[in-house]
Amino acid sequence: MEVVSSSESPTSSASTSTAATASLPPSLKSRRPKYSRFTQQELPACKPMLTTGWVISIFMAVGVLFIPLGACALNSSKKVVEIVDQYETVCIPSAGTKEARVQYIQDISTAKACTRQLLVTKNMAKPIYVYYELHNFFQNHRRYVKSRSDQQLLYGNASESSMANCDPQRLIAGKPIVPCGLIAWSLFNDTYSFKLNSVALVINRKGIAWDSDRKDKFGGSVYPSNFPNNYPAATNGSIIGGASLDPNTPLNANEDLIVWMRTAALPVFRKLWGKIERDLYAGDLITVDINNVYNVYSFHGKKKLVLATTSWLGGKNHFLGIAYLVVGGLSIAMAMVFVGIQIKCPRPLGDPSYLSWNKNKGRDLNTSPSATGVHFEVCGTFMFLEVKALCS
Amino acid sequence: MAGNRVRTSKYTWYSFLPRNLFEQFRRLAYVYFLVIAVLNQIPQLAVFGRTASIIPLAFVLFVTAVKDGYEDWARHKSDLVENNRLAHVFQESEFRAKKWKKIQVGELLKVFANETMPCDLVLLGTSDPSGVAYVQTTNLDGESNLKTRYAHQETLLRHPEDQPINGVVHCEHPNRNIYEFKAYLDLDTDNPTGTRLPLGPNNIVLRGCELKNTQWIVGVAVYTGKETKAMLNSSGAQSKRSKLEQQMNRETLWLSLFLFILCLIGGVGTGVWVARRDDELDMLPYYKRTEFPRSGADDGDKYMYYGVAGEAVIAFLSCLISFQIMIPLSLYISMELVRLAQTFFMVRDTEMLHVETDSRLQCRALNINEDLGQIKYVFSDKTGTLTENMMEFHSASICGVKYAKAGSKASGDVEISGNEAKPGVNADLKSILTAGTAEAEAVKEFFLVLAACNTVVPTWVTQSSSGQLEMEVASAEIEPSGFVEYQGESPDEQALVAAASSYGFTLMERTASSIVIGNSGTTERYEILGIHEFDSVRKRMSVVVECPDKTIKVLVKGADTNMLNIVNISSESQDVRQATLRHLKDFAQDGLRTLVVASKVLGRSEFEKWLGRYSEASTALHDRAEMLQAAAAFVENRLTLIGATGIEDKLQDGVPEAISSLREAGIRVWVLTGDKQETAISIGYSSALLTHDMDQIIINESSKEGCRSALKAAKLKTGVTPQAVKKNARDSTLALIIDGTSLVHALSDDLNQELFEVAVACHAVLCCRVAPYQKAAIVSLIKRKDKAMTLSIGDGANDVAMIQMADVGVGISGQEGRQAVMASDFAMPRFRFLNKLLLVHGHWNYQRLAYMVLYNFYRNAVFVMMLFWYILYTAFSSQSALVDLNLIFYSLLFTSVPTIVVAIFDKDLSHKTLLRLPTLYGSGLRHETYNQNLFWLTMLDTLWQSLVLFYVPWFTYKESTIDIWSLGTLWTAAVVILVNLHLALDVQVWNWIMHLAIWGSIAITYIILFIMDSLTDATSIYHYWVIHHAVGTAKYWFDLLLIMCLALLPRFMVKVVKQRWWASDIDIAREAEIISRRKSSPLPREIELQQQTSS
Repeated sequence: MEVVSSSESPTSSASTSTAATASLPPSLKSRRPKYSRFTQQELPACKPMLTTGWVISIFMAVGVLFIPLGACALNSSKKVVEIVDQYETVCIPSAGTKEARVQYIQDISTAKACTRQLLVTKNMAKPIYVYYELHNFFQNHRRYVKSRSDQQLLYGNASESSMANCDPQRLIAGKPIVPCGLIAWSLFNDTYSFKLNSVALVINRKGIAWDSDRKDKFGGSVYPSNFPNNYPAATNGSIIGGASLDPNTPLNANEDLIVWMRTAALPVFRKLWGKIERDLYAGDLITVDINNVYNVYSFHGKKKLVLATTSWLGGKNHFLGIAYLVVGGLSIAMAMVFVGIQIKCPRPLGDPSYLSWNKNKGRDLNTSPSATGVHFEVCGTFMFLEVKALCS
Repeated sequence: MAGNRVRTSKYTWYSFLPRNLFEQFRRLAYVYFLVIAVLNQIPQLAVFGRTASIIPLAFVLFVTAVKDGYEDWARHKSDLVENNRLAHVFQESEFRAKKWKKIQVGELLKVFANETMPCDLVLLGTSDPSGVAYVQTTNLDGESNLKTRYAHQETLLRHPEDQPINGVVHCEHPNRNIYEFKAYLDLDTDNPTGTRLPLGPNNIVLRGCELKNTQWIVGVAVYTGKETKAMLNSSGAQSKRSKLEQQMNRETLWLSLFLFILCLIGGVGTGVWVARRDDELDMLPYYKRTEFPRSGADDGDKYMYYGVAGEAVIAFLSCLISFQIMIPLSLYISMELVRLAQTFFMVRDTEMLHVETDSRLQCRALNINEDLGQIKYVFSDKTGTLTENMMEFHSASICGVKYAKAGSKASGDVEISGNEAKPGVNADLKSILTAGTAEAEAVKEFFLVLAACNTVVPTWVTQSSSGQLEMEVASAEIEPSGFVEYQGESPDEQALVAAASSYGFTLMERTASSIVIGNSGTTERYEILGIHEFDSVRKRMSVVVECPDKTIKVLVKGADTNMLNIVNISSESQDVRQATLRHLKDFAQDGLRTLVVASKVLGRSEFEKWLGRYSEASTALHDRAEMLQAAAAFVENRLTLIGATGIEDKLQDGVPEAISSLREAGIRVWVLTGDKQETAISIGYSSALLTHDMDQIIINESSKEGCRSALKAAKLKTGVTPQAVKKNARDSTLALIIDGTSLVHALSDDLNQELFEVAVACHAVLCCRVAPYQKAAIVSLIKRKDKAMTLSIGDGANDVAMIQMADVGVGISGQEGRQAVMASDFAMPRFRFLNKLLLVHGHWNYQRLAYMVLYNFYRNAVFVMMLFWYILYTAFSSQSALVDLNLIFYSLLFTSVPTIVVAIFDKDLSHKTLLRLPTLYGSGLRHETYNQNLFWLTMLDTLWQSLVLFYVPWFTYKESTIDIWSLGTLWTAAVVILVNLHLALDVQVWNWIMHLAIWGSIAITYIILFIMDSLTDATSIYHYWVIHHAVGTAKYWFDLLLIMCLALLPRFMVKVVKQRWWASDIDIAREAEIISRRKSSPLPREIELQQQTSS
């Protein structure tokens, strides 16, 4: 016996996208679902409702919390004493063109000492921090941020791939630069020496970097080598970006480098340079001898020297205090407004008469209900009158 | 010829990787992922580390591949089991076991009782001498009743063991239609006396069917493996896209535009920045364009510099990489997960469980759950959907005399045997039968037609010793024991046969060639000479039988309109005709389904002529249906009208309630039925679709012009102008009733606008006498003209077209087989469940997913905007303060779980409130939770929040010693906490899972941040110990607190003001719900719960 298809062999192909239910035995188990609060979506739950009472409480709570916090923050910020001295313009001889300034700063043969006098206007409690502040310096530029090899900083030698980002400060004459990359190359190299009322003022230059960085990110046995800033420009055609590094100091002992290499988040930034571990008093005159060698002139940068105390909230910045006071004040005001509303024109909660179809029967469902808007208008007028009464 | 091996699995071990990847990348979103990842591999563009950039794509691909692989592994296992099952195949003169996969087309198989068919077989012989075999097709179409299949007498007695059978089966191409089979068998081809036997759907048993009540069958394999009808039918449901997703894609385009603008700013900004500093770049300490020492004489050694335009393009592309998550790709995966959970809950709803049949909701489509919350039109079938489809013989009209309640349980004495209730008996009819008058002859003829003209199979059900019910096919020879159960495909026929039986005309045996009717103790055998089965064109069925007295009769029953045209019109029958017509109308008004019964005696010559045509038509391979119709028409004329039957089809429980609450919800319920107008109107009243205060517009026109003017008149009546269409609908008390003939014209191109306007202006619409294609056409008209969501619900094959046409198709898994269920997106056992499905689950699904979409847009956009503000301070270089991994983890790990959990568990209103106030469903119809305005509002909020996120730390830390990673870690924590608090502000139901997800994800973020900042490996040392430092400063915490309050303030205000002055219905209902719960003592709730548990 044979079977012949009435025409040529079929070309249809079966769709195989799902399991053939036909081939599976029918389930004999009862398909009755079990009752459980979970499957019936009836889990015990708290259902918060935004009643006017809650709104008032929330605003009050925010206000009560924020106003004291804001007051504290503002107070502590006001207590911080800051002496800021912008010196990049005054420390070069002429206010010439940009080119002239760049030429001046790049000329290694001229001495660039500069003396500034800072008057202490308020008493400053120790420790007093010494920062340098740079403007218009994009330490957060993508090209710059990645231009380092963390592996090299910790271990000294690093794989090719790890150092790849260091270009163009990776190799000199085929030998790797340690530490490589733009960040290390552009290390800030202005130096300051302080005199208080003509007596040398000791600056503690230790402990300015994060402990974690010194211990775990920078190697104790990694020494700078082949570092371009250590060679005069003439010798190999390279140019000097910033500070040179002592080949005999391991990286983790060079705190200036460590601080510098923690790249700043914003184009205006401060870096800690040292600490003055004595109090200063109002009327004290501080003389700073600045060795002004760092080139910010090529990009219209600014340099500032900052002496500042700190509070528990950090440096001098009124923003947080004011913001807290404003938000707190707003919240209290909102709470008051809602108290007024609740007294003058309360809306009963869950009143079915506010349902759109009860409010205006027969209104078409397909248009958005704006029933309670009427209520608002009345109430709004009322409040307006009240405000007017207050003003007069 | 292909063997019988089947493969439902998609992949083999070697094709898995390429094929699965190919299928995954067919989704456009993944291609976007891939392009971004590839761009990031270009050194100039590498924003993220190489590996970090691949993580999101790899993660998604991996998860999907694991899911697909697992599913396929399960299919592999089931295939293996299936392919290695054993069947008895005729080999070397006896039936021997052979593996299923080795069965070839043309082989002879023997299948024993309760075995499953390994392939599609043409029946040659069975253990039953009459050639009947009974099969159960549960696996194929879900129907559990027994179906009869026949072997031809010519092959019945030829056992292959004794003598070889020789023949050729000519059959059509393999196709997926399980209800059709056209073939013929040339028997004994080598013999000039060979015969040609017709083969139809009755002669084939399909793979997956189980043999029941038959000891064995012998058959020849005709379709094997993937060509079997079962395998051809195993493709999945078509995938639909929900309306929400379509709208979402529109907003995704906006987001793409935002992304483009951000990248453009990045690109142009870089270009301008570089151009203005062209003279500085060489020496710029943070840029250093030129390499020193110069390697050669030329000074062209620019390091990674491609000119102003080049830099701008690179900046544009690297912004694209940094900001890629502006397009929320994870949203698609999250939505699938949420829908899966929704399905889980819908299926397990105890209130949508039909205890009697132990069946519940099935979700066949997985991606349109939220459409259930936005349905505006419900198109419902009547029979089996609104009604039980449990037919009961109710009234009869015989020779112009009406016998009301002829089968109603109320009047006659009800006999209960076993669990089968027999219809009661009308005493008048019974007495006429016994009287032996001329009337009695007509009554006998009437019941003879009822008993004989059908496809019902009687089976004896006996209780075996083990207590199980055993079924056995009834046969006149067997001493009856137990009780008769009629197995048939049409519930109407079952009811009629049962009715005939209760008047003494018991159908006792049915074979392919004869039936036996027991009549008060005696049995009579009628030879079946031919059957013209029911079809939707003729709307009638007839059998040609040879009575015991050798007269040949045609017995016909069918729909009244078609039948009354073909009955003999003579003067004496005119009265009967008029009376019958009157009765038919009465029956219909009572909501009964009517059939007209007629017969005639065939003369010898007429019979011979018919037989010739009939046998020719039966063996035809092409145009068989047409030829059979012609043969039927030859005998189905000039019939003697005997009477009519009225069958009651009871309304399902809860249908009126369900329809009125759906209507209250603002959903238009239209009933589209094949029934007569009167029946339909009667059901309309009882199902609360129509009310007595309604003004009915009835359109019954047979011409286009008539239809046009009727619609015009109707339009005047409604006072409809296109603008007013929507307004009036709720208040109007108009009902439109239109029949299929009018619809032919009304649906035509030039009238359908009028039809639409009239129909949507009416409170209720009832279409009767409509054909399946018209049902679909009506759905399509509304879909086209109103652009609203439609849902079709039906249970029969005639509803398939409309189910597939509608946005959401619901199948009732009931009496009429499974075709509707197969075509549907959701299937449920009862109409009333539609109420909870739409009003409760639909509402929840929509609310949850709609909120989730908006939230995800916000969640990703706020992050991207925060990153964007930063590049304005990095000289437009796409540097991020956040470490690489956190950029990836943000949407993948830190914030992904809460949104999914909230979308699964949040609940604005309890199901009780939603069912009590169906009008609340309107929020979905009005797109209240997701619309363009909300999107723009959310984007404004996003803008504000991102500004707060960025500028609070900016103002706090300007002119400070903060380093990039410390600021980044603040931003990471801030954005994660902020989006979680934002979510928490919107959560309406705080159960323990919510708490765990939201607070847990903040905790996990911190844990991960601490872990990552403690690692000292080469790729993560750059952010070593950063967070440890950050959390030790007061500013960090002050900033976090300020960001949260300031960022959420506008949103909170809008929320408060909206709820105070523009409270939506949902807000009010929620308040009412919470207040009533607080007021009531906890006791009633406990009782309620206990009741639910015990029920």
